[in-house]
Amino acid sequence: MESTTDIDKVIPEEKQYSYLNLGPTHPATHGIFQNVLKMDGEIIVEATPTIGYIHRAFEKLSEKRPYNQITPITDRLNYCSAPINNIGWHMTVEKLLKAEIPKRVQYMRVIIMELARITDHLICNAVIGVDTGALTGFVYMFQQRELVYEIYEEICGARLTTNIGRIGGFERDFSQKAWDKIHKFMHEFPKVLKEFESLLSRNRIFMDRTIGCGGINAERALNYSFTGPNLRAAGVDYDVRVARPYSSYEDFEFVIPVGTNGDVYDRFMVRQGEMWESLSIIRQALEKLEKMPAGPFHAQVPEFYLPPKEDVYNNMEALIYQFKIVMGETDVPKGEVYHCVEGGNGELGFYLISDGGRQPFRLHYRRPCFIFYQAYSEIIKGSMLSDAILTMSSMNVIAGELDA
Amino acid sequence: MGRLSMENTTTTARNLSIGEKPDGYEGTGFFATSLEKVVGLARKNSIWPLPFATSCCGIEFMATMGAHYDLGRFGAERLSFSPRQADLLMVMGTIAKKMGPVLRQVYEQMAEPRWVLSVGACASSGGIFDTYSVLQGIDRIIPVDVYVPGCPPRPEQIIDGVIKIQRLVETESLRRRDSPEYKAMLNKYGIE
Amino acid sequence: MADSQDEKLVNIIKEKFEDQVVLVEQLYDFLTITFKKDRIIEIIEFLYENPETKYQFLTTLFAVHYPDQKAMAIVYQLHNLVNNHRVRLKIYLSEENPSVPTLTNVFSAANWMERETYDFFGVTFDGHPNLKRILNVEDMIIFPMRKEYPLEDQQEKINKTKCLDDNSWRVQQTSIK
Repeated sequence: MESTTDIDKVIPEEKQYSYLNLGPTHPATHGIFQNVLKMDGEIIVEATPTIGYIHRAFEKLSEKRPYNQITPITDRLNYCSAPINNIGWHMTVEKLLKAEIPKRVQYMRVIIMELARITDHLICNAVIGVDTGALTGFVYMFQQRELVYEIYEEICGARLTTNIGRIGGFERDFSQKAWDKIHKFMHEFPKVLKEFESLLSRNRIFMDRTIGCGGINAERALNYSFTGPNLRAAGVDYDVRVARPYSSYEDFEFVIPVGTNGDVYDRFMVRQGEMWESLSIIRQALEKLEKMPAGPFHAQVPEFYLPPKEDVYNNMEALIYQFKIVMGETDVPKGEVYHCVEGGNGELGFYLISDGGRQPFRLHYRRPCFIFYQAYSEIIKGSMLSDAILTMSSMNVIAGELDA
Repeated sequence: MGRLSMENTTTTARNLSIGEKPDGYEGTGFFATSLEKVVGLARKNSIWPLPFATSCCGIEFMATMGAHYDLGRFGAERLSFSPRQADLLMVMGTIAKKMGPVLRQVYEQMAEPRWVLSVGACASSGGIFDTYSVLQGIDRIIPVDVYVPGCPPRPEQIIDGVIKIQRLVETESLRRRDSPEYKAMLNKYGIE
Repeated sequence: MADSQDEKLVNIIKEKFEDQVVLVEQLYDFLTITFKKDRIIEIIEFLYENPETKYQFLTTLFAVHYPDQKAMAIVYQLHNLVNNHRVRLKIYLSEENPSVPTLTNVFSAANWMERETYDFFGVTFDGHPNLKRILNVEDMIIFPMRKEYPLEDQQEKINKTKCLDDNSWRVQQTSIK
């Protein structure tokens, strides 16, 4: 007798997938970008990313502003480490002008950039902790960020989007209070960093959660033009500070931490290692600065750097420069220049084409987040949803840099 | 263990109070006041915010929630990421035109009573980004209660904004959400 | 050492693709070679595979609009990580309907870079797996980074000047104690 419930008619022949929208509004930390995930139960089969939810047209905006006014725009690229972007832009213009920057200014810049790198890695590692459930580290690390905010405030007046420095150096010398705050940070931060590290880096639960999760091998990483800690976690020791030293990085001795698997644990450990190296670089810079006599805090670029007020009232040339700089009518040589710095996420490049006018003809930002986020859909194929969330936060995708 | 004696405390400690008592009629074992005042007092100290953080202002918000500037002491400890369970929509950061429909959808999903706090210059008016892709202020698509200027605003400013929201919450009439003026305002935005 | 590497590269390229080279220059110590647009992908593949060059890292890819010359330039920057040498390749396309073959078969990183260039300038990359807009809204009809289009939203500009004249936008101010 034939059975009416033929088992083949009950189970469907093709697999049925469900679609999950990992929508633009994430729980606060990550930034806004969307992923539509095609899921087979808990496993992700395919991911379609959509970005552009915070596209603010930086490149078009840069074509309409004089060179001094582009610095606040660069702030908002990778806003967790804004000073690196600012100083990178200033160095690009200085390269165009072929200006010579005194050593003292370069060492001061190195201190500020390494402080910014520490803050960027702090947020990323704390957020990796939060996504695995370890919320304590986040609160302690944000308290340390307050110390760095105080240093920035002392130097330039702002906390987060700093607009620090000028084309040619800094607007004023670091006051004694700023130096004291830097020393205080150097004294207090290593202990807290060690505490944070001991919380997570050899923690059995954390290691089981993160090892083998979201890995990428070195060939695919290079093909996707990864740079920065994500590439170093995959095993390639490419660091712009060593390959193309800028701002006297060749005078400093530091190690590049490199991982093996390119997974979340390696990225966490590479960023931890880089924070320790940054602390060592700041220490070396402070020693070097102590040996130097008190000197200039800016280069001689009178077309871009506001002259001191006494000269403006007494000297005709200074008055003309003051007028031209404030109105944004400075003469810039024509040329095409590309300069890159090691940002928090990798090689941040500025491609500047100048046609001699008061605004750039074309300014293109080589944004590391935009370039390595393409690989995200390939990395999470076959992993589970919670691993996909963890991979996203470990890659340190900052929405401002992604969309620009 | 005796009780803490008031004579040994400093002048400032003696002037501490937890909150203002609303006007009412008091007797032994009872206190009579209007329902609005009690509800307002309860609501203002337990606002559940929805942080809609898009860019740099979001990082300042994270600093506000941190230990240094603690927003939790104003009752906003429990952040809700689901609009259905949130009272206060804090829009922090630039809203691009692509993001506008998403913001509108989140606002419509919130249940009454709801308030909107626009943090930062970008959310209030477009900020420094007067470009083709940025919405020049979220009040083009949703009604806003309090604006916090700044780029990014200091945590103290964000807390000031939350305190102003608290005043609005405290003094709001219970019938406001059903009144014709409120409905007319929502109609202007096209929200039913 | 960089100069000798520059010379070596120029010699290797001139040996194989002499007819495609338009201009070789050093812009701020950066070797820049301008090619004709016909065989650019072949040239990049050659630079990728040839054991003497091995430019296996694509730093960036973008376009520049020159309205005066009615041209659109596409710039590729390649990097040889082993010898630490960079080179910039430029091609010039016409302003109307610029198109060039895609680079995604050689570098996976070129996928989104080309989408961004299409989004901003309207350059079509033949053979691209998914040439859609990436940063702007999907239904935008213009290519905003071209020089002829303005920065601000024109409707907004009209709205802003209009609201200065009439007072209907002023709301009742609630007094907060």
